[in-house]
Amino acid sequence: MAMSGLDIYKLTPKTNCKECGFPTCMAFAMKVAAGGVEISKCSHMSDDAMAKLSESTAPLMKVVTFGKGETECKLGGEIVLFRHEKTFVNRNRFAVLLSDAMSQEQIDAKIANMKNVDYVRIGEEMRVEIAALQYVGNKDAYLSLVNKVKASGLKVAYMLVCPDISVLKEALELVKDELPIVFGADSNNYQEMVALVKDLKLPLGLKAPSLAELYDLVENVQKLDYKELLLDIGSASAREAFTNAVQIRRTALKEQDRTFGYPSVVFVNELAKGDKFMEVALASLFTMKYGSLIVMDDMDYARALPLFGLRQNIYTDPQKPMRVEPEFYPINNPGDNSPVLITVDFALTYFVVSGEVERSKVPAWLGIPDAGGYSVLTAWAAGKFSGSVIAKFIKESGIESKTKCRKLIIPGKVAVLKGDIQDSLPDWEVIIGPDEAMHLPKFLRTMEGIN
Amino acid sequence: MAFKTSVQKYSGSIYNLELGTGENTLALGGQNVFPFYSFDGDTGSGVKIGLEILDIYPENWADGLKSIYGSAAENTVEWAKYTEEKFAPDFICLRFEGADPNGLNKSVEECATLAKKVANAVKLPLVIAGTQNYEKDLKLFEKVAEELEGKNILLLSAVEDNYKTVAAAGVTAYKHKVAAESSVDINLAKQLNILINQLEVKNENIIMNVGTAPVGYGFEYVASTIDRIRLAALGQNDKTLQMPIITPVSFDTWNVKESASTEEDSPEWGCQEERGIAMEVSTAASVIAVGSDAVVLRHPRSAETIRAFMDNLK
Repeated sequence: MAMSGLDIYKLTPKTNCKECGFPTCMAFAMKVAAGGVEISKCSHMSDDAMAKLSESTAPLMKVVTFGKGETECKLGGEIVLFRHEKTFVNRNRFAVLLSDAMSQEQIDAKIANMKNVDYVRIGEEMRVEIAALQYVGNKDAYLSLVNKVKASGLKVAYMLVCPDISVLKEALELVKDELPIVFGADSNNYQEMVALVKDLKLPLGLKAPSLAELYDLVENVQKLDYKELLLDIGSASAREAFTNAVQIRRTALKEQDRTFGYPSVVFVNELAKGDKFMEVALASLFTMKYGSLIVMDDMDYARALPLFGLRQNIYTDPQKPMRVEPEFYPINNPGDNSPVLITVDFALTYFVVSGEVERSKVPAWLGIPDAGGYSVLTAWAAGKFSGSVIAKFIKESGIESKTKCRKLIIPGKVAVLKGDIQDSLPDWEVIIGPDEAMHLPKFLRTMEGIN
Repeated sequence: MAFKTSVQKYSGSIYNLELGTGENTLALGGQNVFPFYSFDGDTGSGVKIGLEILDIYPENWADGLKSIYGSAAENTVEWAKYTEEKFAPDFICLRFEGADPNGLNKSVEECATLAKKVANAVKLPLVIAGTQNYEKDLKLFEKVAEELEGKNILLLSAVEDNYKTVAAAGVTAYKHKVAAESSVDINLAKQLNILINQLEVKNENIIMNVGTAPVGYGFEYVASTIDRIRLAALGQNDKTLQMPIITPVSFDTWNVKESASTEEDSPEWGCQEERGIAMEVSTAASVIAVGSDAVVLRHPRSAETIRAFMDNLK
């Protein structure tokens, strides 16, 4: 069971030595209880107290790391079942499955899509993070597949899906420096599997025919003192997989049973049976609820655009609004005669406004000053979106050299700022835009004299 | 130690509500658990899927969609019949885009006549969607409700500015159902439900439309709002939040650039129709995953996918 801040305080030396970085032992204890700091930050605990505490203050769900350098990913470490209770922590990751049963053309096409889908959205890199390499029976083809992906220049971590220990050993030799995931140990081979991954501390995927058997398998693996684990939620049916995903997460976080305190793996490619849109639907479901590593059949833009957007939304910290970088964004290829619009850096506002400007087909510059990440009226009320903020942004952003047009359109909701801005920017014509973004296309087209 | 299934029992449940009449009557709600959590209890009537049609030719719809409906889309009544026969959704959502004062501004009498013709031509329950101009919708819903008396349709939606007329005319006078629309905020949703209750309209006649967003466009607010509504409805037995939820997914997903950008404008993104379906399917699956009881979709392929998705999870 979790310990309260007071329980933990009783075990501290109560000397307020401040070495842990907190002013008092009490403050430190409270933070430990909230999961904000590791108990090991205090170097004056007795061994007894330490053992007692590390057991009960360890996170309920383990963080599992794989990959190396720019391919490194973390999964797990979740603390709540609903994101509004605090936040979801480590976003789910997507893998694309390649196997030795596929033709070279199929493999090449999937690799080409993985290379093609690589973009940045609100400061986050959007791409397939993992290549899941499945051994189906042809050892030579499998090893050459591993080599092929390695030589492809893809920025991916590896997941070796290979139940055959001897083949796995050879494949592992090829990519062990990249710290791959090894999948999947079952009740028959887990001892050999653990022996194979233990030294490198590679994450090991476990699979079993039922949740009860999976639970027993985890206990057996833990007895070998191995805890870098991922749990397969099964591919018999979507219903069973979803039930297992919920039960695993709930057992860890609500029942506080660390046996299931590991990230999950879901083979959506198998559940969707080759139906692309079903794959999108199921991958969305498991992004919403408790899928950590989602294996796909392929990742083209039709799949990526909704799935990466959804993931970015769901893994946003509810306490911190999503913000876009303050700068000038060109929309519809603006030139040196295009007008300038201004709005705030709250990501939702930016998306709605930029979408409507795009829809108008009028080339324009959309300026986003640093407005604290709030909506227009909130930012204005907080003084973060004032006449001086906007004027300063116009002067310092270099927009005056990008366009000769001196029309500056401000949101209708802050019409009151017009005078202020006009005083600071006498060369500009400050125009009050519509109250709602949806009226922008008509407004811009009328202003530019287009029908 | 052996694994033990973790079961969460809730004291509250979602109201049962019926739309339409006769053999095609549609049941919504009835569950006392989160979506697909059959290990906890009763999952209720399940999710219902509607297809969107318009009162005018869908000039602005994607070409792929226009070619699916072909000439049927030129006549709304034919369009409704074609949709019912060919795609068999659970309900049809007739949206009066042509009544928009900023567009064709068709009269409410004309709209109501059309609604009646559609209602007489199909057996499926109807959901009538307005223009999102609350003054026009107030008159539109009042007139349509009168013409379709006895058909037990859903008026999508009453908002804070017009709920008095829409709920009173729709439910009290003509015995239809009303959707209470709020903008992605649990407190606003609750407040509007209470205000409608004060008109002597019972919870069994109200569906919530708590607002939506396409995935990638602030969908986290939609997800957390519905999560919180359901935790209050089920966990705290809050009667003012125990109505089923309908989400007009298609109204938003087809407008964002992922769906609207042509292959010419974004060649690297590939087939526009596939992107549109994927955005619609992903948003629908996600909103169903948090608890929406009904979704309005536009592409028949999306409806087919979501139907199969529901079957897979049954």
